[in-house]
Amino acid sequence: MNKTWIIVRKDWAEVFKNRFVLFTVAFLPLILTALPLIILYATRSTSDLEGFSSADMPAGFAALCNEMSGGECVQYFIVSQFMLLFMLIPMAIPVTIASYSIVGEKTTRTLEPVLATPVTTFELLAGKALAAAIPAVVVTWLGFAVFAVGTRVLSLSPNVTARLLDPLWLMAIFIVGPLLAVAAVSVTVMVSSRANDPRVAEQLSMLVIMPLLAAFFGQITGLFFINQTLILWMAVGLVVVDSGLLALATHIFQRETILTRWK
Amino acid sequence: MIQTENLTKRFGDILAVDRLTLSVEAGEVFGFLGPNGAGKTTTIRLLTALISPTSGHATVAGCEVGLEDGKIRRQVGILTESPGLYDRLSAERNLAFFARLYEVEDVDGQVERYLRMLGLWDRRHEEAGIFSRGMRQKLAIARALLHEPQVLFLDEPTSSLDPEAARLVREFIVGLKREGRTIFICTHNLDEADRLCDRIAVVNTRLLALDTPSALRRQLYERTVVFHLREAEPRFIRRLQTLSFVRSVREMDNKLVVALDDPEKHNPVIIRSLVEAGADIQFVGELRRTLEDVYLRLVGSEDGKSNQR
Repeated sequence: MNKTWIIVRKDWAEVFKNRFVLFTVAFLPLILTALPLIILYATRSTSDLEGFSSADMPAGFAALCNEMSGGECVQYFIVSQFMLLFMLIPMAIPVTIASYSIVGEKTTRTLEPVLATPVTTFELLAGKALAAAIPAVVVTWLGFAVFAVGTRVLSLSPNVTARLLDPLWLMAIFIVGPLLAVAAVSVTVMVSSRANDPRVAEQLSMLVIMPLLAAFFGQITGLFFINQTLILWMAVGLVVVDSGLLALATHIFQRETILTRWK
Repeated sequence: MIQTENLTKRFGDILAVDRLTLSVEAGEVFGFLGPNGAGKTTTIRLLTALISPTSGHATVAGCEVGLEDGKIRRQVGILTESPGLYDRLSAERNLAFFARLYEVEDVDGQVERYLRMLGLWDRRHEEAGIFSRGMRQKLAIARALLHEPQVLFLDEPTSSLDPEAARLVREFIVGLKREGRTIFICTHNLDEADRLCDRIAVVNTRLLALDTPSALRRQLYERTVVFHLREAEPRFIRRLQTLSFVRSVREMDNKLVVALDDPEKHNPVIIRSLVEAGADIQFVGELRRTLEDVYLRLVGSEDGKSNQR
């Protein structure tokens, strides 16, 4: 069996026995998937939305509605706000898993016996990264699937769901999401090398979500609206940032550094 | 099996291992003694290819440290200072994880073999986190042996264990010695080193002494024989002082403490001489210096030199 996969399986077996990690992995996607659906459910009656037109929407957003009715545009506006929050999932879950997995190995001093095996540091880092990123990405995709189905059932018309499945959303969920997970893991590896408490590592690493939250509030306040160009630039920017972060994380995650400098 | 030549490791300005040159034969149990900060753990990390030397060379099982690290890791087993177990995983799962990383062919078979050998088979499904220190240490030893390494590095194998658990671990090490494995032990337990090791190196960053425990005693202390008399009289001392092979003699509570080069040859002569002088000899024995005496003298004189510098 591939050694990276051996590490991934071991990490999952260990870290998911931690109730806090399990809670974070399960609760965050649940709440972020359920919340927009609850709002859609509350506004699903046509009478609630009659009288609204695209012109009532912020100007930047109204342009995105095209041929939609006023009610559909309002519902699309509501679910759009959750797109960025949806991208919190692939950032927050890896931070939690990687913090507990890496700092846990430090505090129980299990890294030295692992490093004494023929495993390469790349295999070990890849194992740790995948163990943290895979659940996040899978849960994000599952949550999105539930969200899309729920939107189809609860929205005014298939037009709203069709918008969720356009390239903007698909790129955000299937490309930007995993890239965000890589960034989160890399930052957590760096923070974990200096932290001795998984909670401290988690809290510090969570700072990585700040730009995403800034974008969320920017959109809510109408400063800008997420469109395909913005998502594309986000993906390109993340590829560059991830390359730098991965290089730094790999530099920190060397046998000698781990054994002699990780305190 | 292990050879080092001027092996040196620096961490910035700190010299952890200074030009260490030694050789360990196959099947030998080799003790590595020294005070805290003497470079013992660093040496083990160098020899297990966990860290790279700053200068010098070392080969382990015929593989060059720094060039064939992957091969070295396959051929050595290491018991780290702390057992380093995954507390939330069962004993069986802990071992299976490491067996897979070591590319053991029959993972289940090897895990069962060592769990049974160390008396942990019945508790294989329990999480390692609830094990006693002794059980954790045994599990860590099993982990170090799963891939049947040629060389075993044990860093403080009995530290923080109760006497019974320590004895079990020592007996297990004796068993491994009988199997012909090469064992490199770092320990602060000098009695343990004396009993287990064929040869001992005393280090304090650099190598201070290397030999068998008995040869180290001889190098540092002359052999001393104690003659227990019914009553020690000054004339007995005067009589012994006339013998050319007696290096020194002193009286202590009706005992004559005599320093000799070759007690096996000269004891009969001394006994005859004392009896002729009218002494009633009750008992004769050799005053054995402990390894602790040897160690403290070596490390103490090194500390003295360091202070003078």
